[in-house]
Amino acid sequence: MDFLDFINFYLVPGIVLGAIYAVGAIGITLVFSILRFAHFAHGDMATFGAFVALAFVGTGMDPWTALPLVMAVTAAVAIAIDRTFYDYLVKRPKILTVMASLGIALMIRSVVQVVWGVDPQTYSRGIVRPESFAGVLLRPREIYTLVTVVITVTGLMAFLHYTRWGKAMRAMSDNPDLARLSGVDNRKVTMLTWAIVGALTAASGFMLGINTELNSMMGWNMLLPMFAAAILGGVGRIEGAVVGGLIVGLAEELSVLVVPSQYKSATAFAILLAILLLRPSGLFKGKVL
Amino acid sequence: MEFSGLLNYALFMGVLIGIYALLALALNIHWGFTGLFNAGVAGFFAVGAYVSAILTGAPAGDRLGGFELPVLLGWVGAMVAAGAIAWPIGRICLRLRSDYLAIATIGVAEIIRLVIKSEDWLTGGPRGITGVPRPFGELDYVASQAAYLVLVALVLAAIYWAVERQLRAPWGRMMKAIRDNEFAAAAMGKDVAARRLEAFVFGSAIMGLAGALFVHFNRSITPEAIDPMIATFLIWIMLILGGSGNNRGAILGAALIWIIWSASELLTDRLPAEMATQAKYVRVFVVGLMLQLVLRFRPEGLLPEEPASRGNRPAGQG
Repeated sequence: MDFLDFINFYLVPGIVLGAIYAVGAIGITLVFSILRFAHFAHGDMATFGAFVALAFVGTGMDPWTALPLVMAVTAAVAIAIDRTFYDYLVKRPKILTVMASLGIALMIRSVVQVVWGVDPQTYSRGIVRPESFAGVLLRPREIYTLVTVVITVTGLMAFLHYTRWGKAMRAMSDNPDLARLSGVDNRKVTMLTWAIVGALTAASGFMLGINTELNSMMGWNMLLPMFAAAILGGVGRIEGAVVGGLIVGLAEELSVLVVPSQYKSATAFAILLAILLLRPSGLFKGKVL
Repeated sequence: MEFSGLLNYALFMGVLIGIYALLALALNIHWGFTGLFNAGVAGFFAVGAYVSAILTGAPAGDRLGGFELPVLLGWVGAMVAAGAIAWPIGRICLRLRSDYLAIATIGVAEIIRLVIKSEDWLTGGPRGITGVPRPFGELDYVASQAAYLVLVALVLAAIYWAVERQLRAPWGRMMKAIRDNEFAAAAMGKDVAARRLEAFVFGSAIMGLAGALFVHFNRSITPEAIDPMIATFLIWIMLILGGSGNNRGAILGAALIWIIWSASELLTDRLPAEMATQAKYVRVFVVGLMLQLVLRFRPEGLLPEEPASRGNRPAGQG
């Protein structure tokens, strides 16, 4: 295999997949560090976002135009789910919320299956010809995906570091009691967190859908890689989630070189176990909750 | 439905309730008494089912198997295999917060499903394994079902007795002490990690046994039978509804949820074909919603855990 083939068939798909995981993993890490529980409905929320986008595309809208709308819709749904189901458990042991989120995952998935069915679908039919950049083949959707991820991540980092609300979120992540004493409104921060998390999951589901296909299990299959990425990067670290996502995505694509391709998705699990065993705080010194 | 049909259905339900009750008991060892969040019940169940099927089944040309061992040895093999898989997972994850154990066990269940779907030489792949022998299978249908029900009931009673006895023994009190305050327990010289691992392996082995009981009843197994999410999730809601920390609650929850789950199937089967598939997903939605309602309004379950003889554990523990 020559070097260009390696780039085109392994490196580029790995980076694209990794960037998609990264966006999902940021959401995982935000919930984990600010609200302090493992959110198992994350993947299925991504599925939901992907299918809402399909509904918009069905009206004739361009998929990438639909993306911001889809992010807004899913953000609203995430807030509604929190209000309806998680909010009441906030004073109970956190593990009950984890359990509830497992149930929410099933509920969201069954809604998707009832409304959109279980057959694989795509946003657009036909084969997209990749363009060649000195031998490196890139499809437009791959370029758009990477650009979207870069914009999303830099925007979010800037928000968290330079705005009042962003600082409040970070304060609540560091120490919720102290944050409350310093006048941070925990409820509002929780809502804001869900809005951001919902938007991010929708974006990750949409981008996975446009680069591969949509099906009702797509989000569930993303769950393990997203958790692996978040824990690998270090819980609570946005930059960690990004690096973790890229590593997991690349590892999955490269794993095909050494293990049968049907075991590609086992890679995330192997990474997860390795990191839990060797360095539970992750690469970037995150929290161990 | 005529009488014999009704009787058949009741026997069938009884066996499945028994098997699910066993799973709920096993999960109760993990979650109710030890506080271990195992979200991969279906994985251990599957290992038990396939191992017992391979050990006891008739020879098949295209895959491993055909050892034709006695069914009892198949059951032992199922327990050993499920426990053996639980051991390394427990070693790695039990010292971390339970969210991490949940993630890891979801992963285990997914890997097991992947292996079952991909390794044709071992599991028959998507076609699965058929022709698994059933004890008393040579009897005529109703008698065979009834005999199997008795067998399942005996196993359930034995496991119930063993678990109850173990929990009322010092071991059980120690487990609850570790669950409620591991630092205090550790300070009193209890080896928290080793005890948790014990409980994790013990419970997983029982899940494997339940898998074996299932496969010999069903006489075959395919990857569809062990949808990780549904199989695992149903057990969870059985335990939460029945009352985690209470073995009778676990059994009650198993019976209630299984009756609701299969009765709703009877209802949806009567719908026109084009709605029937969708109704299947609505059922899942309703079960998910039920969990939310139980968690919100009755998190201690129908039969709450009996308080320890002296002092109560902190309020609000699941």
